[in-house]
Parts: sequence; structure tokens; C-alpha cells
Amino acid sequence: MQDLSLSYHRYSFLGCEFLLWLWFCTSKPDSYKLFDNNNELLEIGNKIVLERNINNSLEKVTIKGEEAGLEEAMISLKKGSIVKELNLLYKREDKEWSFTLTGESLGFSNLKTPDIGFIESKKDVDGFVIEKLYLYNSIYSLIDDLYKKYILLRISENWKIITSDIKAWINS
Amino acid sequence: MGLLSSSVSIIRYHVEGKINDSVLDLVREGLNKNSFQEIEEESSDRAAGWTSFNNHFNPDFNGSSFIIDDVFVFSLRIDKKTLSSKIVRKFYYIEMTKHLEKSDRGYLTANEKKQIKEHVLNVLYLRVPATPNIYDIVWNFEKSVLWFFSNNKSANEELEILFQKSFKYRLIKIFPFFEANLLLGLKESERDNLSGLSPTIFTE
Repeated sequence: MQDLSLSYHRYSFLGCEFLLWLWFCTSKPDSYKLFDNNNELLEIGNKIVLERNINNSLEKVTIKGEEAGLEEAMISLKKGSIVKELNLLYKREDKEWSFTLTGESLGFSNLKTPDIGFIESKKDVDGFVIEKLYLYNSIYSLIDDLYKKYILLRISENWKIITSDIKAWINS
Repeated sequence: MGLLSSSVSIIRYHVEGKINDSVLDLVREGLNKNSFQEIEEESSDRAAGWTSFNNHFNPDFNGSSFIIDDVFVFSLRIDKKTLSSKIVRKFYYIEMTKHLEKSDRGYLTANEKKQIKEHVLNVLYLRVPATPNIYDIVWNFEKSVLWFFSNNKSANEELEILFQKSFKYRLIKIFPFFEANLLLGLKESERDNLSGLSPTIFTE
């Protein structure tokens, strides 16, 4: 196995490219289906963080709020920014999760799961923990599955086609 | 931020190595050995240790109290005393003035200034109560995965150190390449292709 610190830095682009690919796929749901069924939906949420290196100093662009100004984010992408964080909404049947995914670690922040009610007595705690863990696990399974899909695409010849489609999307 | 909170942050770790001994005993022993102890030396500014998920201020790891379903659930407690730099500066100034008045020289040496600063910090830390911070942990032993419910950098570092000290196993923060290379079940040829990747340029 390669040195962890070395591989962390050398392949740090993977997480950020994954976020860009997710954003691209969610904006082209007819051409790029992320799921094999109609019960699941992934949408861009209310926050995008982009970053680019200008003369060895980092320029960070954070776009926040409902109806986040995607035009500004696209301009930043055109200038060569990478996606560092992406807020997403995941809907499955009548349930909804929202979370911010970071490119660096594929870690979650502001993760909100579907409501599970209130704990009324101490006896309920274990049951609530089990339900919460199930809901967190669901979101990890989702991201792991999508990440595997991206990685398999990334190492295939088809990535050239995707790259050209993403370029066209950025410049459209 | 607790795992039952309405909004959480999670950092995922891989637990390196296979535990062959009795897992339950090993985990219980590690938790007990490094369970949270209140700050004994009053002049200390911090303390860290494991505590019970259900009882943050009175850890008890007897029996299977730290198991829920098929995972270990417990918490990391870090108590920290914080002092405002303005307060430190104020008392440092008062002490310096007192020392200067007693001194015939009209100045203080670097060593004296250092001693005064240490004295001021010790006295102030005695007066300030520590603020407890609790971070929940879920350890899925079967999958060698641990979830830490905070993305606070220093809390994550504390976790990594205390975990290795308590259980002798190293925590590796999962990052994209690590996950792709070792956790997604890729074939050998796919992993070779992965190693050859370089960043895609999207701006041409």
C-alpha cells in the first residue's frame, strides 16, 4: 500500500471531481441517471464551496442560501475552480435527507435525517439510536454506491466522453 | 454534537488491523483504563477521556452498557479551561507592575517575565471552571469502521491519539483514494488503473 500521506495529497482531486460529477449528473437527470429506479432523487441543496489557486494563494467562493446562485458557481468553474463542498438533498419515497459533502474526506456536515420523533423516556434511547444509525447508514450506502459508480467510470474509456460533456455544460 | 441531534457532522475512520482477542473485554478494558477523570491538578487547562453515551458525567462501562444493537456506542469527553487573552494581559500587567515596584533595577529579565506569566496562568486556571465537550462515537467492529460525530480538528486528533492508546489499533481517517483503493472492492486491474489517474482539466 502506498504511503497514506502521499496518496492523500497525490489523489486529493478524486473527491472534488466526484462532487463536480454529482453536480453535473443532478443537473442532467434525463441523460445521466444516478439511480436505476424512480423512487430516489438527488438534488443540489443550498450551499456550494469552490476553490482555485491563483499565484499560490487560494481563492474561495462560497455560494449559500435557497436557490443558490449557480451562475456565480459556473463562472468560478469556468475560471478553473474545484468543488470543495456540495450541499445535497436526497429523497427516497417519502423520506428526505440533507447534508453537505466535503471533497477532501467525503465526510458529512449538517446532516439532517428524516424525523424520528421525540424521546419520551430513557427506555426509548436505544431504539432511537438504532433508527438514527440506520438513517446514517442509508446515506453512507448512497454515497459509497455513487462513489463506486464514479470511480468505475473514472477509470474507464467513457470518462473522455463525460469530460467533454462536463466541459460543454460548464461553458453552456 | 450528539448522534441524536437534529443536525450532525460525521468523520469516518477505518480501524486498522484485526482484533483476535475477546473484543468485548478489550474494548471494556480500554474504555475503563482511559475513562474520563475530572481535572485533578487545578492548574491544568484540559482533560480528555472516554465516557458513557447515556451518562456523560458519570462513565460506567460495566457489562454490555456500551453496546447498542451490534455496535459499540460511547463518547469522548474533552474538558477545557479557556482564558481570554485580554484577562491574561490584564493580570500579567498587574503582576509585572508589582514586581517592578519591588525591584531596584527598573526592569525585569526575560526569565522573570516568563515566571510571572506562568504564575498568572496558574492562578487564573485555578479560578476558571472547565467547559465539557462531548463527542459521540459509533464503532462497528465487524466492519472495522468508526464514526466520530464531529469535524472539529483538535477533537479528531484527540480521538486518534486516545483510541490508539486505549485499544492499540490505529484509526485511519477515510479519504477518497483510500476508500476507492481499499474499501470499494475493486478488482486488482481496476486498482492499477486507479493508481495511474491524474486530475482532469475541465477548462480547455
